[in-house]
Order: sequence, then structure tokens, then C-alpha cells
Amino acid sequence: MEKYDIVIIGGGPAGLAAAVSAKKNGIDRILILERDKELGGILNQCIHNGFGLHTFQEELTGPEYADRFIKQVKELDIAYKLNTMVMDISQDKTVTAMNREDGLFEVQAKAVILAMGCRERARGALNIPGFRPAGIYSAGTAQRLVNREGYMPGREVVILGSGDIGLIMARRMTLEGAKVKVVAELMPYSGGLKRNIVQCLDDYGIPLKLSHTVVDIKGKERVEGVTLAEVDGKGKPIPGTEEFYSCDTLLLSVGLIPENEISGKMGVEMNPVTSGPKVNESLETNRKGVFACGNVLHVHDLVDFVSEEAAAAGKNAAAYVKGENPEEREGREIRLNPVEGVRYTVPATINAAYMDEELTVRFRVGGVYKNCYVSVWFDEERAIHRKRQVVAPGEMEEVKLTREQLLQYPDLETITVKIEQEE
Amino acid sequence: MEVKNLTCINCPMGCPLTIEMEGEQVIRVSGNTCKRGEIYARKEVTNPTRIVTTTVKVLNGTSDMVSVKTKEDIPKEKIFDCVKALKNVQVEAPVHIGDVIADNIAETGVDIVATGNVERQISEYVRS
Repeated sequence: MEKYDIVIIGGGPAGLAAAVSAKKNGIDRILILERDKELGGILNQCIHNGFGLHTFQEELTGPEYADRFIKQVKELDIAYKLNTMVMDISQDKTVTAMNREDGLFEVQAKAVILAMGCRERARGALNIPGFRPAGIYSAGTAQRLVNREGYMPGREVVILGSGDIGLIMARRMTLEGAKVKVVAELMPYSGGLKRNIVQCLDDYGIPLKLSHTVVDIKGKERVEGVTLAEVDGKGKPIPGTEEFYSCDTLLLSVGLIPENEISGKMGVEMNPVTSGPKVNESLETNRKGVFACGNVLHVHDLVDFVSEEAAAAGKNAAAYVKGENPEEREGREIRLNPVEGVRYTVPATINAAYMDEELTVRFRVGGVYKNCYVSVWFDEERAIHRKRQVVAPGEMEEVKLTREQLLQYPDLETITVKIEQEE
Repeated sequence: MEVKNLTCINCPMGCPLTIEMEGEQVIRVSGNTCKRGEIYARKEVTNPTRIVTTTVKVLNGTSDMVSVKTKEDIPKEKIFDCVKALKNVQVEAPVHIGDVIADNIAETGVDIVATGNVERQISEYVRS
């Protein structure tokens, strides 16, 4: 069996950045396993621009952003296998995978980095009544068809969900000659970035109907139209508000789910809020030497933050291989407690003895809050109190903690992160 | 006097901007809560521009399509002309990031460049 120091599951933005970082931190035997025919992951179909403002201080398209990392992987001579599906990771970090050249094979890893990304929530998860005709696609599938394969899924389009992929596809389908009639969003606010609402919908006069959902799909062989209705505060359709839109295509942009089947199977503990692993300050799961980063950990809005997080995971995995992050840890495991508007935090625990000088804690809020404070409490003491004009579920938030700060509280048990309203 | 309404895109606040215009002249911007909002509003009402991204067909490549973009931003009203002008453009593989696919697209003075890599591959069918 071939032996590697670090095996990385997934060659998308997270896997690539993790590999580059691990190599730069002194690890030579690295293997990336990627199921697609090329490296780069979902970035290859995200042909729009706006990537890399934080990482490279310029606006790149998805494939260009991916290429910057793919070049580094090749220059650093990091091994990778394409068209390769990972089937299983055992407790002792034997990775079972298969592809057409090697057949079924196993590799032994000292550390594993989970970087499988996420997939789209599909129609089945929504319970939309109606037939099951052709013409219903997830927004990302439509994106792949249009941008990679060169096919148009349809001509008259209704989009359910205002996540970023849905918004991007509203513009993309319009540019390719389709008529996008409306974007419906169940929530009273959009889950997408503001700039996407302006540049993908407003620019093309596409209406966004908040607090609306699809209540019926018409058509037996092919979609003939959908019925939208307004919903009340509990998300229930309000009778009498139904409106019919004729269309041949319904795109769904209704959320992303981290792809954690193999993580779950190997006993990695999950956070039910993110559907991703629970990790400590080193982005390490409850399984020693198994790290997670990118959308498999929690769904991000910006790839720049994926790269940053993955670089940290790569560095920490390198430290683990070098024995700097031992099996039996010293010091106190501080629990992070997300409450009052904060849905989760990544990481979930911090041990100051093993954190960097500075640690970024990322989180999402559960609603739109204006003129509020992002507050961090060290047990009973408020340590951070930062004024924010607005926070929204669609934009990931972060707070930075320093090791110096934490070492001043040797008995600290819980760090509470919450949203506080103006006093 | 003309009044235009925009949503600021600089941050999640999404301030509703009101721009009072006298012909081509911006008289007043209101509704913004910071300086960036005003800069955005002035540019957006006098000279709105966008980077356009789309795809073109590739012949004899490992992929049938390659992604492309306008090298610089072009006037907003030229977006559809730009996409139309590229409708029948085909390029022969290999294509690499930065390769110029078309020049002076839709008379904007801006070139179209590839944003993806497609290597050459003659299909089995053609070879036999």
C-alpha cells in the first residue's frame, strides 16, 4: 500500500489551497484525490468575475482563480489523481478509492484533509407539489450545462431561491437569450450577496419576489408553468395570492449541503447546524489527524475565505504530521457558544496552547440585524463589542481572537458569541 | 431635475441611494451612509460599466466551451452587443488563459480574452 503524509479528499479550491500550504510547511508526501476530470472544482463552471479580491487584490473569474492554485500545485510537484472517487476512510486513515486506471486501491495517510465541498439541495427536499416533468434543474446543474457543456436548459425561466448561484444564473440565462421571468424567495430577505442582486437582477429588470414560493408545477412531460404564492411569517402560502407564470424551466437555488457521507462513516462528529464536522482551533475533527476546510466544513460565500481557511488546515495538518500537535493535548479546551442570533461558530472549541497568534472565528447570523453589536464574552466578561450597521444571513461574519488575549484568561471555560442590540 | 434610485453594492447595508441629476450633472446624492456610496452612485449614473463574462465554442479541444471575459469593463449598454458578437465565434484548441479571442468587441475598443484552459484533443471519430 502506498503511504502518504497527507491525503486530501477533493481538488477544489479548499483541497488545492490546503495542499499548497501543507507543502510550504515542509510536507513532501501529499496526494490530492479528485473525482472530476480536472482540478479546480466548482470554480471551473463559475465563469463570472468577482473572485480573488481578498487573496490577489484583483477581480478574477472562477477558472482564473482556480488556475492560480493549480499552477502552484504543479510547480510544487504535488501528486494528484483525477477521475478518482474516494469510497471510504478507515479509523487508521486508510483511504479506499477507485478510478479507471488503478481500479480499487488503498493509500495509507498519516493525516487526512476533508475538502469535498458541498452539493445543492434538490427538489425532493422541498416538497413542491405537482408532476415531475423535465425542465426542473438545480441552478448549479444549469450552470454546468450552459458554461461547460454549451447547452441551454430552456428558454423561459423561473428561479426559486435567491442564493448566489440562482442570481448568477438569472443573468447568465438572460445573456444567452432566455427570458427570466421572476426570482422567488421564501424568506423576507435574499440569501445572496447585495452586488449579485443589483448586477444580476436589477441590471436586467428581473423582478425579485421576497416571501414567495412555488406552490404548483404545471406540465406532465415538460414544465409548462409554475404557480407562485406569497407566504406568511411562518412560510405558509397565503390563499388568494397565487399567480401563474408560464415557463419551460424551473431553476432551484435553495441551499447547499456539505458532502459528508465519508466523514460520517468514519465517525467524525457533525454539527447539525452546518451539516459539517465539529472542529477545534486547528480545524481538526474529533478524529485525531483528520482536518476539514472549505464548504465541507461550512458553506462559504467567498472563495477567498475558503482558501484562507484551507491554508490553515494544510498548515495544521503539516504540524500534526511533524508531531507538533500531539494525540494527547495539554491545556484547556475552551467551548464556543453561539447564542442570540449567532447560529454556529467555526471552530467549535479552542485550545490556546495550539492556536496561532491570531485565530479567525467564522459564523453566520440567523436573521437581518441593523445597528447591532457583534459581541464576544469570555465567560462573564465582554471582551469584544463591535458596532455593525447591518449583519445578514447571506454574508458570513468573523471575529479575530489572539492567543495573547486568551492566555490572559487561564480559567476560561466558554466563549460566547452573540448579536447585541443598541443599548 | 431628474431623480434616480439605486441600491448601493459596496456592503450588505445596501443603502437605497437617491441621485438628483440636472441633465448629465449629478446635483446631489442622498441615502448613502458612507463615502463609498456616493462614489458608486456618481459612477453608476454617469458612466456605468461592467466586465462581461461568457463562453465561446472550442474546436478539437478537451472541452467544447471555453470561458471568456472582456479584458476591461465596457459600457453597460454594450453588454448584449458584446454577447451577440461572440455568438458565432469559434476557436481552435489549445486555448489558454489570457489568449485574445476577439479584438475590439462591439466597437468598445476592448478585447475578449480566455479565462480558462482547453487543451487540444482530436476526437476518435474525426481521426478514423
